[in-house]
Amino acid sequence: MTREGRQGRANATPVLSVRDLIVEIPTRAGTVRPTDGVSYDIRAGEILGVVGESGAGKSMTGNAVIGLLDPPARIAGGEILLNGERIDNLSRDKLRKVRGRKIGMIFQDPLTSLNPLLTIGDQLTETILEHLPVGQPEAQERAIAALEEVGIPAARARIDSYPHEFSGGMRQRVVIALALCAEPDLVIADEPTTALDVSVQAQIIALLKRLCREKGVAVMLVTHDMGVIAEAADRVAVMYAGRLVELGPVREVLTRARHPYTAGLMASTPLASLGHRRLRQIPGAMPRLNALPPGCPFNPRCERAEDKCRQPPAPGLEACEGRAACWFPLTPDAEESAA
Amino acid sequence: MTSLISVRGLTRVFDVSKPWLNRVIERLPRAFLTAVSDVSFEVPEKSVYALVGESGSGKSTIGKIVVGLVPPTEGTVEIEGVDLSRETDAAKVDRIRSDVQMIFQDPYASLNPRWRVREIIAEPVKSRGGDTEGLAERLLEQVGLSGADAAKFPHEFSGGQRQRICIARALASNPRVIVCDEPTSALDVSVQAQVLNLMSDLREELGLTYLFISHDLTVVQHMADVIGVLYLGRLVEEAPRDTLFAEPKHPYTQMLFAAAPRTDVFGREVDPPKGEIPDPINPPTGCAFHPRCPLAVERCSRERPEMRSVDGTRVACHRAEEAVRRFHAEKAEDAPAE
Repeated sequence: MTREGRQGRANATPVLSVRDLIVEIPTRAGTVRPTDGVSYDIRAGEILGVVGESGAGKSMTGNAVIGLLDPPARIAGGEILLNGERIDNLSRDKLRKVRGRKIGMIFQDPLTSLNPLLTIGDQLTETILEHLPVGQPEAQERAIAALEEVGIPAARARIDSYPHEFSGGMRQRVVIALALCAEPDLVIADEPTTALDVSVQAQIIALLKRLCREKGVAVMLVTHDMGVIAEAADRVAVMYAGRLVELGPVREVLTRARHPYTAGLMASTPLASLGHRRLRQIPGAMPRLNALPPGCPFNPRCERAEDKCRQPPAPGLEACEGRAACWFPLTPDAEESAA
Repeated sequence: MTSLISVRGLTRVFDVSKPWLNRVIERLPRAFLTAVSDVSFEVPEKSVYALVGESGSGKSTIGKIVVGLVPPTEGTVEIEGVDLSRETDAAKVDRIRSDVQMIFQDPYASLNPRWRVREIIAEPVKSRGGDTEGLAERLLEQVGLSGADAAKFPHEFSGGQRQRICIARALASNPRVIVCDEPTSALDVSVQAQVLNLMSDLREELGLTYLFISHDLTVVQHMADVIGVLYLGRLVEEAPRDTLFAEPKHPYTQMLFAAAPRTDVFGREVDPPKGEIPDPINPPTGCAFHPRCPLAVERCSRERPEMRSVDGTRVACHRAEEAVRRFHAEKAEDAPAE
C-alpha cells in the first residue's frame, strides 16, 4: 500500500481496537495475567505484526480478540472493539456470528485446523452458507473462486479432495481460503508459516500481503520470527511477559529499537551480528507469569535497569512517547553509535 | 589437515511399502524412498560442517548414519579412518562410538523425564564402565549451569537449560565429533543466541568438530566453516561459508537465499519460488530440481549432474555458469533500487 493510502485511512475507525486488555487465569498458585494492559489498533489494509518469545502472551491476545479463550482463562478488563463496536461482552451466540463472518483465523498447523473427514469443498461451502446469504450453487462457485484466489491449481477439480491429499503449503492455502471466504474485515494469523519450509513460507507471506492489499483486510500477524515481521508487517508490537513493550512502524522498531528488550532480541538474531563470532545475548530467560519481578518485568535481564525499574508501577508505552514501555529508553542516536 | 569424517557415495533407501496384505488386495507395487542419494563430503578436524536443506532433503538421515543409528544402504562413512558398519574390531568400534556424540532437536523429548540430571549426563560414561565421580557437576558448570542442578529432574528446567544438559551429556565421553541435529530450532531467539555462543566456546576450548544440521540459513551462516546444501537427498552445492553466501552457484541455493526472510529489508516484494519439493518416492528424472529450475534445459531432465568444481565450489548443476551469470545480473539490477 502506498503511504498516501495509509494516511488517507488514518482518520477512519480502526478495524480492530484493543484497549487495556487484561486476560486472567486463576491457578492454584494465584491469578496470573498472560495479557496485561495491552492496547493497539489495526486499520483496514494494514498488517500488524505481534512478536515475542514463547510465553510472551501473543497468542493469548489473539485468542481473546476472537473469543476463543479456553476457560478458566477470561477477559478481566479492557475493551475489544471491532469497527467501533464492542465484541468482548457479546453472548456466545452473537460472538459466533461475528467470528467467521467478520474475523477470519489462520492457525499454525494447517493439518489440525482442517477437518480430515470432510472434503475441502464441504468445509468452504459450510462456512460460506453459514455467514453469507447465498444458496448452495453460489456457495460452491464462491468456494472455487476462493481456492483460485489463494493459488491452488485446478481448483474446480480439487474441491472434492480431502485435506490429507494436499501438501503442507497447499493445506495452509486452503486454511487461508477458509479464513477469507466469508469476506472478513480482520484476519488473525497465528504463526501461519512456522510449520512450513523456507520456500513455501515465502509463498504464503506473499499471498497474505497480496490479499491484505487487494481486499483491504486488517491482519494481525502473530509470529516469533523477526524475518517474517520485517518482510510482511507495516507496524509491529513487541510483547514480553504479557505486556506490550514496544509499538511502532516496522522499520523504526527493528532498526532503531527504543526498548532494551527489542534491541537485545534484534542483536541476538544471527544475521544481525554477522561477522562477530559471538552473538550478543540477553542473560537469563523470560520470568514465569506467577513469579514476575516487581516493576518492569524485564528489569532482571536489563543492563539499563535502575531503582525506578524495580519498583511498581511498571512502565506503559506512554513512558516513551507511546512507543516503548521503558523508563530509560534507548535513544536512537546512542543505539547507532553502539552499533 | 586430515579429514575426521569422510562420507563417500552415501545412499540410504527406506522401504515405505504398504503391508503385504494391502499390497496383494490393492495390487500395489513395493515403494521405496531414497532419503539420501550418492552424497560425498569430507569434514576436516576442528571445523564446523553444516548441512542445510528443507524438509525431506535427507539431512537428518545423514546425521543418523554418521553416528551409526541408521546403517547406510550403499556407500561408506569413515570416522578417523574406521567404517562403523563394516569394522569388526570391537575395540575400535567402541572408541569411535564414544568419539561421536549427538545433540537432538527437541530437548523435551531427548531427556528421560524419570532420571535425574546426574544419571542422564553420566550414562554415556557409566555404560562403558568409566569413572563418573563428580563428572555431572563438572560438566554442568562447563555448560553454564550449576553443579547443584545435578540432583534435579529435567522438568525443572527451561528449554534452553535442557539443551545445555543435552550438550553436557554429549560432552561426557570426551568426544571429538558432535553431530547437532537442529540444536536450536525449538528455542527462542534470545535463548538460541546463548546456546550458539556456548557451542562456539566449547568448540574452541575442546577442539571439537561439529556436523551441524539445520534448516535455518542465518544460524548456519553464523556457525559453519563449510556448508553443504541438500535437495531431495542429493548434495547440490558445497562451499566455504563466505563463498557460498557471496556467490551461490546452484539455482536451488539461489532460490533458497532469495526466499529466506531478512531482517534488514522491509516490505520486500519478493517473487516467491515456484512449486514445492517433489515426492521423494517418485523423484524427477535427471536433476531433481529441474521442474522448478528457471534455467532448466532438456539435458537437465535426462542426465543427473555430477558434482564438479567451479571457482572453489563443488556444485551439481549442468548450468552452474549460467546460474552465476544470472545471479550477478539480478544483483546489479537490484542495487540501484535499494
